[in-house]
Amino acid sequence: MIGASTIRKEGRPKVLGTAKYTDDLHLPGVLHGVTVRTRCARGVLKGITFLDGVPWDEITVATAADIPGRNVVASIHDDQPFLVEVGGAISHPEQPVVLLAHPDRHVVERARGLVRLDVEELTPVLDIQAALDRTQVIHGDRNVLKEITILKGDPDGAMAKADRVFEATYRTGAQEQLYLEPNAMIGTVEEGPEGRQVTVSGSLQCPYYVHDALIQLFGIPGDRVRVVALEMGGGFGGKEDYPSVIAGHAALLALKAGRPVKIAYDREEDMAATTKRHPSRTILRTGFDAQGRLVAMDIDFVLDGGAFTTLSPVVLSRGAIHATGPYRCPDVRVLARAVATNTPPCGAFRGFGAPQSLFAIERHMDHCARAMGIDPVELRRMNLLKAGDTMATGQVVREGVDLEALLDRAMEEIHYRGLEKAYRVRNAWDDPIKRGVGLSLFMHGCGFTGSGEAHMASVAAVEAREDGTVAVLAASTEMGQGKNTVFCQIVAEALGLPVDMVETAEVDTRFVPNSGPTVASRSTMMVGRILQDAAHGLRQALVQGGFLAEPYTPEAFREAAARARRELGSLKASAQFRTFPGTTWDDKTYKGDAYPDYSWACYAAAVSVDLNTFEVKVEDFAAVQEVGRVVNPTLATGQIQGGVAQGIGWALWEEVSFREGRMANNQLTNYIIPTASDLPHIHVAFLEGGNHLGPGGAKGIGELPMDGPAPAVLNALREALGECRLDEVPMTPERILQRLEEATHA
Amino acid sequence: MPETLRIQFTVNGEARSVEARPMDRLLDVLREGLGLTGTKEGCGEGECGACSVLLDGRVVNSCLVPAVQLNGTEVVTVEGLARDGAASPMQEAFLSHNAAQCGFCTPGMLVSAEDLLRRNASPDKEQVREGLAGNLCRCTGYAKIVDAVQAVARGEVEK
Repeated sequence: MIGASTIRKEGRPKVLGTAKYTDDLHLPGVLHGVTVRTRCARGVLKGITFLDGVPWDEITVATAADIPGRNVVASIHDDQPFLVEVGGAISHPEQPVVLLAHPDRHVVERARGLVRLDVEELTPVLDIQAALDRTQVIHGDRNVLKEITILKGDPDGAMAKADRVFEATYRTGAQEQLYLEPNAMIGTVEEGPEGRQVTVSGSLQCPYYVHDALIQLFGIPGDRVRVVALEMGGGFGGKEDYPSVIAGHAALLALKAGRPVKIAYDREEDMAATTKRHPSRTILRTGFDAQGRLVAMDIDFVLDGGAFTTLSPVVLSRGAIHATGPYRCPDVRVLARAVATNTPPCGAFRGFGAPQSLFAIERHMDHCARAMGIDPVELRRMNLLKAGDTMATGQVVREGVDLEALLDRAMEEIHYRGLEKAYRVRNAWDDPIKRGVGLSLFMHGCGFTGSGEAHMASVAAVEAREDGTVAVLAASTEMGQGKNTVFCQIVAEALGLPVDMVETAEVDTRFVPNSGPTVASRSTMMVGRILQDAAHGLRQALVQGGFLAEPYTPEAFREAAARARRELGSLKASAQFRTFPGTTWDDKTYKGDAYPDYSWACYAAAVSVDLNTFEVKVEDFAAVQEVGRVVNPTLATGQIQGGVAQGIGWALWEEVSFREGRMANNQLTNYIIPTASDLPHIHVAFLEGGNHLGPGGAKGIGELPMDGPAPAVLNALREALGECRLDEVPMTPERILQRLEEATHA
Repeated sequence: MPETLRIQFTVNGEARSVEARPMDRLLDVLREGLGLTGTKEGCGEGECGACSVLLDGRVVNSCLVPAVQLNGTEVVTVEGLARDGAASPMQEAFLSHNAAQCGFCTPGMLVSAEDLLRRNASPDKEQVREGLAGNLCRCTGYAKIVDAVQAVARGEVEK
């Protein structure tokens, strides 16, 4: 079962067009809900006026005054309101103020344009530099949402003794997740004899985050709140925290209207209002000895968190821990800060801070190598982490980690040295097309950072169904990554059953325990491990209860499970997260095992650039990784190829243009993601090996492929273009032109 | 302008008659008027291709086709690709190659892929990539989709 390319469990309805996503559902009597937003980056809301032009008596209107519980979205810090109240602060231009609902979506759309907000405007803080310079103070006393320091050894002393020191600044822009299905949510509120019952169903990654948000919004106990995850058209982190806001809005309108309310964002609203990848700025200072060995690193890493804290502290944490890359260095300082600006809050997006800091270190290693006259591959080879080395937090690299094997295989896959040689010859010709090859070496920590998994203490279960087949009960959602299939494979393997005897149950908080959010490359490794334990528990219950004798056939299991269920009324086995043996973490000092394990990779890109248009084409791409045992090779390959495509998009084309804190290009006509004809075939290879902690030896995979493409592509571009400052993504044609002009003038 | 208009056209081989608003789009008529929700709205401006259907044998973005132009036309949606409830070879190939991940681009992608093979029975990889460049996918990186289309072209999927 584990290791087989089982066909996607929910695949057939998807290809037949019968899979029902949120906006495909038609509920009798449902109202269409819309959101009126601030449109001003910073200020004070003075009043709300409803202008003539629609039958306002037919329209349900909800404002902050209608909230029965607390007007704050449950998160790491309680600082984001569901709706701005009159007299309240406006912190960014997409903040919700008024909610409207009507049976006719055309009427409610007209009404949205007839709500006037009276606002006293204040001077906003719109980017990282303005936040650091404290042009205005909008959060705390210095605009810092979260600060982390990682210290190992004596970086200042080591830097002073280094033979060569290099300093450079790297920047990355915001990125839109661009799941193909825009956000959508349906809220229902029923007043029963036992009290108020709030139900929300929709497109969401984290059922229990939404559950917590509704408990707080309504001020009711958890058993009065039900959250159902429907079929989801992609998430990539973009449906991690914002669905809590939309769910609250839909439920609040439903409360006010006494009827179900659907809020389905169109693409423009989804892009403008919901979370993005954090923009970043990294100043890297690295010291090397005379041979090129890293002796000191001093890293200043800053993320733009936007107007509220949301997930920024944990995005920052992952970015900080990955900032040193997969390199050995005895003396390290990482100062990491997330700053507040008057832009919509940034949030989770595949990679979660790591792509930003890994872009910086992986570009910087190339930069330093070339400055020292060392081949960039050889500089990496000289400094890469080996088993027994310590990382920045003091974590000891496990046995079995072999980064050199990854490096060699990626170079072989793309014919690195052959291309490099051929391109250098051809680039000297009088031809506007220049070519280059480059690579990146990196890792991604599996699961929550530090003590996150221990705090979450996730629970998952397996249950025998009436016919003796097995249901998987977990809150992890399917967003296309393959959780339905992989969970069934893991449980089937643990029970010794064919995979068609195991199905995942609908993700409904009334029935599935809190196995944590569907994030952080944690579902296969963390939830899968809990499910494996639960499956062993179920088998033991059957054997010890005298229903089943080992060894057994699938048919014997089916009969035994059906009989046990009949006789016992139900047959369910739960399990809870167990700390991985030998791991320790200190949140205060940032020392210890930042992650129980890492996935490791080397990605290589071959690119061409046209010096007439400055357009870049990725001609070939090899993605080689070690992710432990691969549970489903076909699904895993798809995950990697999709992540690489997003990474190439971020590297070259995907630019969020902000104007006064608002996304100005919130349309697919001017926010450009890769099409089939923009991408090469992405070659994927898995190097299996080692003894790993996840189920069947599996590790995390979801985010890893986002980390490597941008530096690999820009390193290849540097090889094609010669000396120039490729220190930013997206590296658009405009930026390439500007960098080449700068290099000519220098 | 009248409140509603009646549209008579053929959808997936069946004659249909449906009320629509004058400003409705083909996408609205399919999803709201006929309950054919397989066709998705991803952007509403003809960029993503999630709403691709065949209109008189040509692939169109149904979000850009006004309802007023539909009388007498023939439309095929993803629901019309299966024969007697059985998936078409292209649908089977998408399933077996994992060409559908989240599945939201899949209906439009399938319509475009079927149309591509009608116009070019054995496209090479580049021709497949060009032919599907009007359909955005955010999950797959397109590799499995290209593989699936070529497998159908080579007759590797049972019809």
